[in-house]
Amino acid sequence: MKTHVIVFPGSNCDRDVAVAIQNIIGSSPEMVWHKDSTINQSDLIVVPGGFSYGDYLRCGAMASTSPIMKSVIENANKGVPVMGICNGFQILIESGLLQGALMRNSSLSFICRDIIIKPTNTKTIFTNKSTISKMPIAHNEGNYFANSNQIKEIEDNDQIAFQYCDENGDINAHSNPNGSINNIAGVFNKSKNVLGMMPHPERAAESIHGCDDGRNIFESLLS
Amino acid sequence: MTSSNWHFDTEKSLVESHGLKLDEFEKIVEGLGREPNLTELGIFSAMWNEHCSYKSSKYWLKKLPTSGERVIQGPGENAGVIDIDDGDVAVFKMESHNHPSFLEPYQGAATGVGGILRDVFTMGARPVANMNALRFGDPNHPKTKHLVSGVVGGIGGYGNCIGIPTVGGEVNFHPSYNGNILVNAMTVGIAKKDKIFYSAAAGIGNPVVYVGSKTGRDGIHGATMASSEFDDDSEEKKPTVQVGDPFTEKLLLEACLELMKEDAIIAIQDMGAAGLTSSSIEMASKGNVGIDINLSKVPMRAANMTAYELMLSESQERMLMVIQPKKEELARSIFKKWDLEFEVIGEVTDTKKLILHMDGEEQASIPINILVEDAPEYQRDYIVNDPSPLISFESKDFEDKDIISDLLKMISHPNLCSRKWIWEQYDHMVMADTVVRPGSDAAVVRVHGTNKGIAISTDCSPTYCRHNSYEGGKHAVVETWRNIVASGAEPIAITDCMNFGNPEKPEIMGQFVECIRGMGDACSKLNYPVISGNVSLYNETNGEGIYPTPAIGGVGLIRDLSNTMTIDLKNEGNVLYLIGESNNHLGNSHYLSIIQSREDGGTPSINLDDELKNGKFILDCIAKKLLKSVHDVGEGGVLVAIAEMCISGKQGIKIDITKDFLHGFFFGEDQARYLVEVSQNKLEQLEVDASKSAVKIERIGEIGGTSISINSIGEVELSSLIDHHTKWFNEF
Repeated sequence: MKTHVIVFPGSNCDRDVAVAIQNIIGSSPEMVWHKDSTINQSDLIVVPGGFSYGDYLRCGAMASTSPIMKSVIENANKGVPVMGICNGFQILIESGLLQGALMRNSSLSFICRDIIIKPTNTKTIFTNKSTISKMPIAHNEGNYFANSNQIKEIEDNDQIAFQYCDENGDINAHSNPNGSINNIAGVFNKSKNVLGMMPHPERAAESIHGCDDGRNIFESLLS
Repeated sequence: MTSSNWHFDTEKSLVESHGLKLDEFEKIVEGLGREPNLTELGIFSAMWNEHCSYKSSKYWLKKLPTSGERVIQGPGENAGVIDIDDGDVAVFKMESHNHPSFLEPYQGAATGVGGILRDVFTMGARPVANMNALRFGDPNHPKTKHLVSGVVGGIGGYGNCIGIPTVGGEVNFHPSYNGNILVNAMTVGIAKKDKIFYSAAAGIGNPVVYVGSKTGRDGIHGATMASSEFDDDSEEKKPTVQVGDPFTEKLLLEACLELMKEDAIIAIQDMGAAGLTSSSIEMASKGNVGIDINLSKVPMRAANMTAYELMLSESQERMLMVIQPKKEELARSIFKKWDLEFEVIGEVTDTKKLILHMDGEEQASIPINILVEDAPEYQRDYIVNDPSPLISFESKDFEDKDIISDLLKMISHPNLCSRKWIWEQYDHMVMADTVVRPGSDAAVVRVHGTNKGIAISTDCSPTYCRHNSYEGGKHAVVETWRNIVASGAEPIAITDCMNFGNPEKPEIMGQFVECIRGMGDACSKLNYPVISGNVSLYNETNGEGIYPTPAIGGVGLIRDLSNTMTIDLKNEGNVLYLIGESNNHLGNSHYLSIIQSREDGGTPSINLDDELKNGKFILDCIAKKLLKSVHDVGEGGVLVAIAEMCISGKQGIKIDITKDFLHGFFFGEDQARYLVEVSQNKLEQLEVDASKSAVKIERIGEIGGTSISINSIGEVELSSLIDHHTKWFNEF
């Protein structure tokens, strides 16, 4: 499987996701510098977490105009699996590949801790092995929002990927860490080949992490 | 020199406003053979302030043990270096950013983190963990909440963005910090033993290169500000606080590490306190050479900056390097790739002078040795106050006290409650190597790509230091040692951050001297040397000094990560034991302070032989896989430690203990003690081993249920413990 990880100035989970891909998928990804302009032939493109360009403007706004994003969009439109994690999710939204917006956490502070998510649609290339999973979040702007028309559209089209829930899988206000509408933790594009999610599966990918539920997303891509 | 016989052309007030004493000015004139110009005066001010010159502390710091089998670099470089086997080294240091953080908590703390990160990656190491030690004033003081929020925000803001996990730290509240908070930041990095970079300039004619951010007017005189006391007008010093840009630092980190893979760098020094001045002088002094700088070449953020401003700016995210001339273009291309400034601003010379030019005119010419070797050094007068007397408490003093309600009060107090609210604002998992997250005795991070780990702990008990500086100094060292042992690691070395009041006061100097003596004794006995550190004096406001606070950051090595220990109780049916002697020492305990609002009774004394014996016993038991969880018994005593283990593991315990003086046993703060969880099938071996090693061991009770119950006393549900433990910060 040929994989690519995009590196923006300020990306800081690029190595972490590369290690997870190497460990789980079995081959190391090609790291693609943001100033490059083409990705030829990929089976998976990952836009990793971090603070691209420092995120001094709206998160992901600068990165979404980087030269490489043109190629990421072209590949996505051709059906290549594209996955944005955390800042990568923000970038995919800013570049128009995914709907909605990611606002400041309702607590107004950065949150780093384990949360639990439930897959909403397990018939996609990313989630066919997903069950209720524990993995960390680490963000300041993960409060997902979409207006009622958009929500209806993504619900009708099964585009919700994950929702924050409690240990029993109940989706409730108590298990929502950041104020996201309908507890949404991740969404797909219409054709389900683009996934954006705030939780970090690459930080729950081996036993020393205390939990390896994040593996199932990468394993799903293998099958 | 007294002010009445001032006979220089330079205005006396100008000298004083530069923080220089009149006789220090006389020394400058003597060294130069003339009076300095303004730029030169600024340079002397920057180099001779307490923060940069260690003039009051140097004599005493030399008494600390700094060498050992694993020490590769001790104090004197940007950071210390220890050997962690297999060709790997750990590079670490802790540094204070106290004064700026009080004036502007977010930026003060953020740039503290940025500065210590640069110290570590300057040495060629990739930073892998940030830690901190924070002190704030009375929780009810009107400024405290604002300062806590700002400092926590700043530490998180910088560390999260650059992508280095903040894996732990410590926080204390005490009224002695009402006017001077302490923000001590520590970074640990990992490098290869044969790829360590140092700061000594070499090679006459080699280019001196400026990289990183442009220079602006921020932070001018920051180090001088940090070398004086505060008064009611200190708010006016806010412009001396720098502004951090973690994104640029991330680029600088990656660019430096990329260049370090090439054989291009001869010397490298971060521009921290006193910016271009201290970095260029330090490099020249270490290499015993001179440096010429053309200031017109320095990348500038503001128009019309003067030589004086350029030399004293503390703009962040900048580095100075001496590189191989042949590698200049390669180096330039790497920094351009990362969109950073790269400018050759000068060259190494054989003059042994710092010579500055700007717009074709000479701006300064100072022999390096006058600035460095001839810097003032004081053996200040000191008085050692008698330690506060020991009080022996007895059972009858506590007959009307309820242990369970006292426990709840204690674990809900700001000094003992859960710090989750703080560390959830820090990304403590980025880099995906965090093995033990904040909340245990020591944080543990894996050395990337291996099965070994680094354990890190920061600690200090200022109340102990205030009432017995010698034992307090010992305690700060020993507490980190014990935390590291409890995590399953072999303790290796420490860094220190010596935070004190005005050293010109003999009693403050006495605290400093005694703390150093205590630290030195503990380090020697435990083979746990000091490899780096920093001194922050003049932590006073309106003449009122802070408690003596020698914050220690300890580092240890876990060879096999499967031996990593945490504090959370694991399984029902296992048994909890107390290791070490208990003598009901309630003096200066959290119990007295929280429950009785008393601060007396004396600091517990530390028997270093017992520490060594008990610590080795714990490490042996861990290696034999006898233990399931381990917790050092520290602040608050045995019962607080048990509660922390229960909360952390979401397990209850049935405590079965018979004692004449239960308050003394449960809340006393005797040293050299640990709580350990053992499974039923290992109990016998543990007891046999303890008896062989002559280690005192006591059965506390059996794990299980949903409450802490104490025979004949009562019980408290875990849910109630958790509510009390998290309440204060949740309502923050």
